[in-house]
Amino acid sequence: MSSLAVRKAAPAAGTTPGTAQGPPLRRRIAFVPTLTLLLGALYCLLPVAWVLIAATKSGRELFSTFTFLPGSGFTQNVKDLNAYRDGIYWKWMGNSALYAGLGALLSTAVSALSGYALAIYRFRGRETVFGVLMAGVLMPPVILAIPQYLLLAKADLTDSYASVLLPLVLSPYGVYLARIYSSAAVPGDVVEAGRMDGASEWRIFTRIALPMMVPGLVTVFLFQFVAVWNNFLLPYIMLSDDEKFPITLGLFTLLEQGSNTPALYTLVITGALLAIVPLIALFLVIQRFWSLDLLSGAVKS
Amino acid sequence: MTTARRKSYGVKGAPYAFLLPATILFALFFALPIGYALWLSLHKVQVKGLGLGSGARKEVWAGLENYKDALSDSELLSGAVRVVGYGAIVIPVMLGLALLFALMLDTDKVRLAPFTRLAIFLPYAIPGVVAALLWGFLYLPDVSPFYFVLDKLGMPQPNLLDGGPLYLALSNIAVWGGTGFNMIVIYTSLQAIPAEVYEAAKLDGATPLQIALKIKIPMVAPSLVLTFFFSIIATLQVFSEPTTLKPLTNSVSTTWSPLMKVYQDAFRKGDIYSAAAEAAIIAVVTLVLSFGFLRAANSRNKQEEAR
Repeated sequence: MSSLAVRKAAPAAGTTPGTAQGPPLRRRIAFVPTLTLLLGALYCLLPVAWVLIAATKSGRELFSTFTFLPGSGFTQNVKDLNAYRDGIYWKWMGNSALYAGLGALLSTAVSALSGYALAIYRFRGRETVFGVLMAGVLMPPVILAIPQYLLLAKADLTDSYASVLLPLVLSPYGVYLARIYSSAAVPGDVVEAGRMDGASEWRIFTRIALPMMVPGLVTVFLFQFVAVWNNFLLPYIMLSDDEKFPITLGLFTLLEQGSNTPALYTLVITGALLAIVPLIALFLVIQRFWSLDLLSGAVKS
Repeated sequence: MTTARRKSYGVKGAPYAFLLPATILFALFFALPIGYALWLSLHKVQVKGLGLGSGARKEVWAGLENYKDALSDSELLSGAVRVVGYGAIVIPVMLGLALLFALMLDTDKVRLAPFTRLAIFLPYAIPGVVAALLWGFLYLPDVSPFYFVLDKLGMPQPNLLDGGPLYLALSNIAVWGGTGFNMIVIYTSLQAIPAEVYEAAKLDGATPLQIALKIKIPMVAPSLVLTFFFSIIATLQVFSEPTTLKPLTNSVSTTWSPLMKVYQDAFRKGDIYSAAAEAAIIAVVTLVLSFGFLRAANSRNKQEEAR
């Protein structure tokens, strides 16, 4: 419900600048806030700018030339990265895309089903189920990951794609968001009307409710995509075969080897740059669809 | 809340069917592992004879022995002290910056807000490992621009990857990665405050600073409390950043944070029983601290409301 409040209030807050729309004089710029924010942006972009430039340097240039002077080795660095262990870097990228893409998709599906059920139906044990699922969000990953590993080892499932995918499918936070969103976006009358027409519950969910829930589910998907893509602990514990590594773990092992052989530094740096490009691109493209107000509105209540 | 009045068989069973996947996953990947971890923490391995042959290693009841050992383990304790010191830097700085940026974004006539907002939020998209890796290189004297500048100015060059500065170095990575997300959370609740609330204050001639301190900050207090709550949980679990810096410096030990110690015990030493007890202790401490904070904050809020 709180997300609705946020949505309604947003235009009201937007009227504030309207009252201040005077002639576009220089003096009318709020100088201190703008400068503070620019400094913040500079701080946040600094490492990204650094890696962008460092990736253009050859191994020798990296240690000898000024940091923010572009080098001449970018294409060679990329070639080296491609050649490293027969292109295992791209295998890692593919694995990350698989873990994050498929994982987030499954997670969104489970969240949609559960959130919808918790929001629309009244049934015995509803709040208990919800409370128990939510307790999961507070469980530190460490107390889960080790026994998860040991149990999966008993089922002979460790060091497999499933061992990284499955433990992350149920996202308590995703269920929470989906519940809030469906209670706000799917009117009870519409569900009732579907029943009057004799549609089955499943059909009402897939044909009527699901399309209404799409904007909220995009948020769940993206949130979960980032969470899985950035995850390190779980694959670090589960996997030993580096053919199955996601990019975070791959880069980490590359850095570990690089500490003994500085020649690998350029590979690590180029690899780090190429690893953040897809996520930054995803963010830039998709931010208009991503209702961040939902993300935080949900956190609020 | 509108719900169906008319019940049919399909309607009655539907919510349970819809919740089935989540229930199965919860049982398999949450409930079962937690139960198993608790069981492990109360057991140990007893080795008979030379420990060879089948049946020579037996799991026996250990009671609270593992917990006692963990609580008197100096490595775990010093890890906890390190992480508390680290959290004492990270949480106030990160949330202070997040609040500052959110308030600045919410100011009238601020320029370039969409660009700066996106730039500050950007680190959220970058994995902790990659963030630690990027900053790790920026801390290395050979490749860092900071050292280049310090060198040209003839100033002393501190070693950022050792001793006290190491805390700052690690904290900086967490602050860099977490500020943007918290800023968005706080900014969103600022946006939710209706404009009329400020109008009166403005007419009374309140400065933007006064409005920020007297009106905006108290009104976003609930979201500050929540960001604080989640930051405590995340900070006490720090793992990937120090692990990533480890190859770059000898000062980060394999047991730098309590979580790293758990990993070492479980997978390097192979003592899953002690590791389970340690993990349980960390979980309990995390929950006690975070909920203790939440209660304290809520009771203060209530007191203020009562006044």
